[in-house]
Amino acid sequence: MDDVRYEAPESPDAAISLLAEAGSSARVFAGGTDVMVQIHAELIDPGVIVDIKKVPGIMDISESDGAYTFGAATPGMVLMAHEGLSSTWPGIIDGVALIGSIQVKGRASIGGNVCNGSPAADSTPTMIAANAVCNIVGPNGERTAPVEDIVTGPGKTSLVDGEFILSFSLPKRPAHSGDAYLRLTPRTEMDIAVVGAGVNITLDDDGTCTAARISLGAVAPTPLLVAEAADALIGTKVDDAALTKMGEACSAACNPISDKRGTKEYRIKTAAVIARRAVEIALERAREN
Amino acid sequence: MASILEESGFNPGAELKVVGTNPVKHDGLDKVTGRAKFGADAFLPGMLVGKILRSPHAHAIIKSIDTSKAEALPGVKSVVTRDDFPEKAAGSGPGDMTRNIMAREKALYDGHPVAAVAATSERVAKKAIKLIEVEYEILPHVIDPVEAMKPGAPILHDYIRTKGAVENEDAQTNVTERMVTQLGDADVGFEDADVIVERSFDSAPMHQGYIEPQACIADYSEDGQVEVWCCTQAPFVYRDRLSAILDIDCNKINVQQSELGGGFGGKTGFYGEPIAILLSKKASAAVKIVLSRIEVFRGTGPVSGTSYTIKMGCKKDGTITAAHANMVFQSGPYAGSMYFNAPNAMFTRYDIKNVDIVAYEVLSNRQKVASFRAPCVPQIVFGVEGVVDEMARKIEMDPIDFRMKNACEDGHTTIYGDTWGPIGFIETLKQAKESDHYKTPVKAGEGRGISTGFWFNRGGETAASLNLAPDGTVTIAIGTADVAGSRISISMMAAEELGIPVDQVRVKMADTNSLGFNRVTAGSRTTFSVGMVIVDSARKCIAELRGRAAEMWDVPEDGVIFEDGMVRPASANVGDFEPMSIADICKKTTMSHGAISGHTEMNVTGAGPGFAVNIVDVKVDENTGRTDVTRYTVIQDVGKAIHPQQVEGQIQGGAIQGVGWALNEEYIYGEDGRLQNAGFLDYRMPVASDVPMVDTIMVEVPNPAHPFGLRGVGEVPVVPTMAAVGNAIGDAIGIRPTSLPMSPSKMLDIIEQAKAEGVYKG
Repeated sequence: MDDVRYEAPESPDAAISLLAEAGSSARVFAGGTDVMVQIHAELIDPGVIVDIKKVPGIMDISESDGAYTFGAATPGMVLMAHEGLSSTWPGIIDGVALIGSIQVKGRASIGGNVCNGSPAADSTPTMIAANAVCNIVGPNGERTAPVEDIVTGPGKTSLVDGEFILSFSLPKRPAHSGDAYLRLTPRTEMDIAVVGAGVNITLDDDGTCTAARISLGAVAPTPLLVAEAADALIGTKVDDAALTKMGEACSAACNPISDKRGTKEYRIKTAAVIARRAVEIALERAREN
Repeated sequence: MASILEESGFNPGAELKVVGTNPVKHDGLDKVTGRAKFGADAFLPGMLVGKILRSPHAHAIIKSIDTSKAEALPGVKSVVTRDDFPEKAAGSGPGDMTRNIMAREKALYDGHPVAAVAATSERVAKKAIKLIEVEYEILPHVIDPVEAMKPGAPILHDYIRTKGAVENEDAQTNVTERMVTQLGDADVGFEDADVIVERSFDSAPMHQGYIEPQACIADYSEDGQVEVWCCTQAPFVYRDRLSAILDIDCNKINVQQSELGGGFGGKTGFYGEPIAILLSKKASAAVKIVLSRIEVFRGTGPVSGTSYTIKMGCKKDGTITAAHANMVFQSGPYAGSMYFNAPNAMFTRYDIKNVDIVAYEVLSNRQKVASFRAPCVPQIVFGVEGVVDEMARKIEMDPIDFRMKNACEDGHTTIYGDTWGPIGFIETLKQAKESDHYKTPVKAGEGRGISTGFWFNRGGETAASLNLAPDGTVTIAIGTADVAGSRISISMMAAEELGIPVDQVRVKMADTNSLGFNRVTAGSRTTFSVGMVIVDSARKCIAELRGRAAEMWDVPEDGVIFEDGMVRPASANVGDFEPMSIADICKKTTMSHGAISGHTEMNVTGAGPGFAVNIVDVKVDENTGRTDVTRYTVIQDVGKAIHPQQVEGQIQGGAIQGVGWALNEEYIYGEDGRLQNAGFLDYRMPVASDVPMVDTIMVEVPNPAHPFGLRGVGEVPVVPTMAAVGNAIGDAIGIRPTSLPMSPSKMLDIIEQAKAEGVYKG
């Protein structure tokens, strides 16, 4: 453990060059709620910490014609307090609200949650379900990528050295859309998901499901986008038969491990239960607008 | 003047002015503002930071330790290993103790200390311990206590032979003792039974979960005097044990306790203190060691895991005729699990004539167990009360009536030989039955559980001093710890006895140089024992106050009485003297006659046993197995609540710790013997939203051996908890769980089993 350098660049370019220069010994630092814990637990030993919170726009929320963009380092409590975002995407807010405590959420961000690379991250499944897009900056310029393409394994992302997520863009919501996130934890809060399910559905005027995305957390090395589960709902009235089929598709998609947080069998079994409950919440929300 | 042990002065009709009220704790504000000084809050000039290197292996011979690279690192001031500790015979008390502090021949669990450094900064110290090269020869390990008993299991110590063995008494083993406890004739008792229930249970180890990690500073001076500042429940025991393992006279070790951020039994034995002393000696500078939370989990003591069978029989009228138990207690790498409490307490509260209990203590490659609230009893009561409930169900008797039918009465002689005075078990059961909770029907889809518990409550060696200042205010020096509000309760008892407002009393936790020996703060003994000693000391002061008044008035001493904080003539015949307050006498005589003080040192006896009944409602999620505790009521006999809010807090805290133990808390080890969940993220203690408000009903059946009728209250609250939650879950889902913790995945399996057997309630 050698001395660690702290940098707080004020532009994307300055951040990129610091990150690129330090390579794998650099750590992007937003709220720090994972980085600091990992340093204390001696899981990581970064040479340089690049605090990106001074990069312009990285904590801003904006809306244009119903489509939202928000900075990757926007603290969870700020997202939760944003009326427009939280009423348009209540499911994303469900996930954010479950992260840590109020104090933790006062710093923790979705960008950090996604890039920490945990398959159990609470905000990632609904972001995937929402079709959220990452606006990434790096040494090779700007690019975009869907959230489901970021996490490649526990603690691993597809971002290359020097890259970081500047913001997330969410599409405009059609009428009769609803999203939801539910997780299963032994405790009520301050816990890590044994199973998490993010759901985003759209209904037509008759209540038939026209679009759906279902994402599961903590049941595989990465958050999953389960197309078969969504297909089970699309074209149905989301009745019991469709929900059962959807649940079965979720269980079938699971590829979990047995660990201190739950056994493989338990995760597979409860993935269907939690996904079904999340769909039921999303459905209710979709019917309300 | 008779000792308080002979004449407590308990007066059931006494009008109490201070006792029974809820003044603000004198140490409360500092804790709220952050000013209170805990273990890690002391700083000395030139202080170094100590860090401990721990074994990553559950069982390994330590072939060599090379510290040369660490010692060469700039900023490192001292390094210690096993070679710095005096040799103490393996298997002796000090031998086990010193080996648990610093591994000697072998590392015996993941987290076992193998070396330590003191350096100018935490950063350097952390870097230095990574430079220490330890050569291990990894051995097969065993963690499960039942596995550890089997022939062919890895042997932790080749010298262990089973005390009380009935076969193979010369064989190498991990079983330290086979203990048999009997009463009457269990075989005859079971023959008399109409119903017999036998079930097997197990429980995982759990941690006390105190908020404050262990922290200490040691300063070893050039002339061999040692100052230790630390968070502890047992400053005098620390001193004596430090003396025993480091070969330093007791008078040269001064232990000053800090404020304590929770202990629950876990701070009755030391970890970093001896290491800090030796690092300080070598470095000629003070050394501070603060454990991280990970170290607390990997290096300090949890409770015993257990595996056991309970068999009980009763007649159709509900009379329990016999009880049998066969139990295994996991102890970590050394003896000392306090498992002997279980046979003495597990059935005690029921008047059972025929009892046969066999208990084994088994060593294994995990952290050495430490004391925890009612050590080794709650996890066994989990099974006992499950079996009791099942018997009641089988004969279709109300669960409280069934317990009432078998409840001990005043004057009961226990399995461990004590004969009780007045006890409150029946009264707690009556009040449980009359409670709003019990009278309210169980909500649809929920289950309700009842259980009961007993704890001995202790007295023991206690020394304290009460000093009257020249202005008549009072300072008290105690040698016990304040784990749950004992200082305010002690202040209140002194104020009551002296007839003064409680604000005129302050209690200080003295260092070990300042008082005689005090036993550990444990066993629910402190407020009781220190209360006895302090009231006795106050009485000594009162005698002196009367004597001084008699001298001032020139009357015989028996012509002076003390009441309501004033010294007065006993009657008009004595003379017409203006009554004097304590302050009056102190102002007038301190300079001429010296200060007025009372001090008492005694082995306090007369602690009254404690009993509690729990009523718990739960809801179990049919599809995930998650349990929510929806309502919780504790009915407990407290003798007399000195400070009712503090007592209520003790009761609520105990219940909540039990809920954690019941539902999720456990040590999880990997195949490699390493602890997998060394942190609060994955060691799942309950958070506030996991528990409902715990309602308390405090029953006051006074203990006449104490001047105010007090009984210990600290440990009983946790005893019935997991059993009550277990019984409630059983009521909710149709099958009573038998394995702790009752975590969601286990409950989901039981729900599926209940459905398959057609007994699922839901």
